[in-house]
Amino acid sequence: MSLTLGHFLALGAMLFALSVIGIFLNRKNLIVLLMAIELMLLAVNTNFVAFSYYLGDLHGQIFVFFILTVAAAESAIGLAILVLLFRNRSSINVDELNTLKG
Amino acid sequence: MDVKTGLFYFFSIVLLFAAFRVITARNPVYAVLYLVLAFFQASALWLLLKAEFLAIALVLVYVGAVMVLFLFVVMMLDIDTEGARQGFWKHFPLAAIVGVLIVLEMAAVLMGGFRVNEEPHATALVGQAARDFSNTRELGKLLYTQYLYPLEVAAAILLVAMIAAIALTLRQRKDSKQMNAADQIAVKAKDRMAVIKMASTQVRPIDTPAAAQTAENKA
Repeated sequence: MSLTLGHFLALGAMLFALSVIGIFLNRKNLIVLLMAIELMLLAVNTNFVAFSYYLGDLHGQIFVFFILTVAAAESAIGLAILVLLFRNRSSINVDELNTLKG
Repeated sequence: MDVKTGLFYFFSIVLLFAAFRVITARNPVYAVLYLVLAFFQASALWLLLKAEFLAIALVLVYVGAVMVLFLFVVMMLDIDTEGARQGFWKHFPLAAIVGVLIVLEMAAVLMGGFRVNEEPHATALVGQAARDFSNTRELGKLLYTQYLYPLEVAAAILLVAMIAAIALTLRQRKDSKQMNAADQIAVKAKDRMAVIKMASTQVRPIDTPAAAQTAENKA
C-alpha cells in the first residue's frame, strides 16, 4: 500500500479538528488560542503541499509560502497585543480583551 | 507497506500527539515546546512530499523565529495557569461536538473523492532529469517571475507587521530625561534669549545705614 492523497488529506482534517477543539477548550487563554491558530494554518499548509505534490503543480507551494509570511506577521502582531494586554490588565483572559481601548 | 508509508504513519502519529498536548498542556511553556515538535513533524511530512524548500523554511523561519517569539512571550508573562484553565472541561461537550462534526464533514468530502490521479506527477521524471530537478530552483523561478508582485506585497506586510509590533509594545520610561530633537531643531532665537530694554545708566541705590557701616569697617 503506497501513500495516496487521501492519507495526507485525512491527516490535515484531523489536525484541523484538533485545533478547533483546542480553540473551544482554551477559551480563556489567549496564548493557547494563538497556538491553535498556528496549528490550523499548519493543517491547511499540509493540504496545500499534498495537493501540489499529487497534482504536479508548484503553485500550491507558492501559496504555502505566502501563507507562512502572513501567519508570521499575524502572530507577531498578536503577541504584541498580548503583551500590551498583560501589561495593562495583568492577565491574558480573553474576556477582558475589550478593555484595551486606545 | 513500504518505508515511506511507515514514515508517514510515524510522523503523523507524533504530529497528532504533539497537537493534542498543545491544546491540553497545563503549562504554556510545554504547549510551545510541543508546538515546536509538531512543526518538526510537519516539516518531515513535507519532505516526504518532496517540498524540500518549504520544509527547511518551516524549520528555520517558523521554528527558529516565530516559535521562539512565542517562547519569549510565554517566559516574559507571569501567567496564572489555573485561572486560565477555568471552564476548561465545561466547554468540552461543545468542543467534542464541533470536532466530530468537522471530522464527519471532511470524511464526507474525502469519500466523495477527488478526481486526482493517485500517482504523483513529480515522479514522472526519470534518470538525469530527476537528478537535476531542484525544488528550490523551480520555486524561485516561479516566485521571481510570475509572483513578483505578490512577493513585494508580502514584504510590505512583514514591514507593516514589524512596525506595528514595535509601536504597540514600545513604552516610554517616565523617569528618564531625554532630549527632544524635533523641539531642539524647531527652536527660534527669540525663544532662547530675551532682550530687555533698560536704561544705560542706573541711579546708585541709596546707602542703607548697615551698608555704610560695613564700608567704614573696611576703611
